[in-house]
Amino acid sequence: MTRQKNLEIEGLLRESAPRALAAVARRFGDFADAEDAVQEATIDAARQWPAQGLPENPTGWLVHVASRRMTDRIRSEAARRQREAAVAAEPAIPAAAAEAGAADDTLLLMFMCCHPALSAASAIALTLRAVAGLTTAEIAAAFLVPEQAMAQRISRAKTTIKESGEPFGMPAAERRERLRSVLRVIYLIFNEGYAVSAGAELARADLAAEAIRLGRIVQLAAPAEPEVGGLLALMLLTEARRPARTDACGELVPLDEQDRSRWDRELIDEGTAVLAVALAQGAVGEYQLQAAIAAEHAKAARPEETNWGEILGLYALLERVTGNPMVALNRAIAAAMVDGPEAGLALLDDLDEELSGHHRLHSTRAHLLEDAGEHRAAAAEYERAAELTKSIPERNYLTKRAARLNRGG
Amino acid sequence: MKFMLLQAYGGVPEGTPPMTQWTPEEVDAHITYQKDLNAELTERGEFVDARGLSGPELAKFVVWDESGSPVVTDGPFPESKELLAGYRIIDVESVERAVEIAAQGSAAPGPGGQPIKQVIEVREVMGPPIQH
Repeated sequence: MTRQKNLEIEGLLRESAPRALAAVARRFGDFADAEDAVQEATIDAARQWPAQGLPENPTGWLVHVASRRMTDRIRSEAARRQREAAVAAEPAIPAAAAEAGAADDTLLLMFMCCHPALSAASAIALTLRAVAGLTTAEIAAAFLVPEQAMAQRISRAKTTIKESGEPFGMPAAERRERLRSVLRVIYLIFNEGYAVSAGAELARADLAAEAIRLGRIVQLAAPAEPEVGGLLALMLLTEARRPARTDACGELVPLDEQDRSRWDRELIDEGTAVLAVALAQGAVGEYQLQAAIAAEHAKAARPEETNWGEILGLYALLERVTGNPMVALNRAIAAAMVDGPEAGLALLDDLDEELSGHHRLHSTRAHLLEDAGEHRAAAAEYERAAELTKSIPERNYLTKRAARLNRGG
Repeated sequence: MKFMLLQAYGGVPEGTPPMTQWTPEEVDAHITYQKDLNAELTERGEFVDARGLSGPELAKFVVWDESGSPVVTDGPFPESKELLAGYRIIDVESVERAVEIAAQGSAAPGPGGQPIKQVIEVREVMGPPIQH
C-alpha cells in the first residue's frame, strides 16, 4: 500500500517537476537557480506528501514552494532587492493557465538544456534531470559514473547557462537551430540506451524509454515540425526490434538473422503512423528518412522480402541531406543487396580515407567479402573490426564471425 | 577488502592461438563462462565492476612535455602483449577468496574446452587514509 503510494508520488513528481521548473524559470527569468529551487521543492514534496496527502494541484504546489525558495534567495542578496519587489507584486499563475502553457514550457526547458554553449554530455545530463525528471543518482547509474561526478557535471552545465546570460524564453531567431540540437540530444540519449553495453543492459534500456518519452513530449509541444515526428517514429521503429536484437546470452543478432516474430508490432504500427503524418507535412529531413528506412525493414516479414531498391534510394537521399560517411557506408550495404557484393565493395573503397580506423568500415567490408565468397579476406577484416570496436557484444560477435571463417565452418 | 584482478593480452601459455582462430563454439563457451562468473560474484555480493578495454591499437601513451603540448604515442605497439585487456574489481572477505576467484577466471575454457590458464594479476585496492 505504502509502496504503491510512493510509486504514485514518484510518478506524479516526474510529471510535475519539469512543468513547475518551466513556470518558475519563466517567472524569475533564471533557469539555473530555478532548477535548484524546484529540486529542493521536490525533496520537500517527497517528504511531506506521503504524510499529508497529495495536493490538488501538484505542479502548483511545487511552483509555490520553489518560488518561495527563490524569493528567499533573492531576499538574501542585497543586489537583487529591486527584482524582489517586482516579483512580489506579480500575481501567482493560476493553475489552468499554467496547464495550458505546459507543452510550450517543456519546449522552452528543452531549449535551455540544449544550449549551444554546452557539450553533448552536459546537455544530455541536464535534459534527463530537468525535463525527464530523473534524479542525479539515476542519471549517474545510466551512464556508469559516480553520482558525485554526475552532480558536478549538471552543476557546471547550469553555471555555463547562467554565464551565457540568456534569459529563459523562446530564442526566436535560432528556434530552428535549437530545435535541431534538442532532437540531436534526444537521439543521443536513445542511442546510449540502444547500444547494448555489457553488464549494464537494464539501466541503459531505460534510457531508450526516456528518449522516447522526451520525443513524445516534444511532439506534443511542436506537432507541426516534421522532423520531431520523424525522430519519434525512428525511435519507435528501432525500439520495436529490441527483443530480437540480442539472443538469450545477450549476444548481438544482425538484422537479417533476427527472429522477426519477436519484433514489437504495436511499436511498429505506432512508428509507421507517426512517420506517415510527418512525411505528409513536407520538408523531408534526416530523421524522417532514417525512419522511412526502418519502416521498410519493419514491413518485410522475412529478410528476403526487404525492398532494398527503395532502401537504396532512401540512403542516397539521406547521404545528400547529411553528407555523413556512415550513411554512405549503409548505402554501400543497400547497393550490395541490390546489385551484388562487388557493387557495395566498390563504394566502400571511396570511404577508406574518411572512415579510416573505424570498425564499421571493416565489419561492413568483411560481410560483403564473405558474401562474395572471399572468406580469407573476410576473416582478416572481421579480425580488424574486432580489434577496433569499443563494444564487447560487438567484439564477441565479430570474433565469432572471424572464427567461423578461419575454421572453414 | 577490494581487489583488482587484471588480465593482460599475453599471460596465456605459449602457442595458445588468438580467439579468432578458435571454433565459434569455443568462443561462446569462453564468453558464457566469464559472464556466469560475473553473475555468480554478483549473486554473492562480491562483484564491484568488470570491464574490457578497447584494443591495444586504440591505446595512446601520453607524456607531459614542458613545451605545453604533450607527447602522444599512438598504437600499434610492438609489446602489446603487456597491455591490459580488462579487469574485475571484487569486494571480498579475504585474500584467499580473491585468489580463489582469480583462479576461477584463469580456468575459463580455451581451445578444446581446456582451461586457458591465463595469468591473473591480483592487487589489493588501497583504502582511504586512516583518520587519526
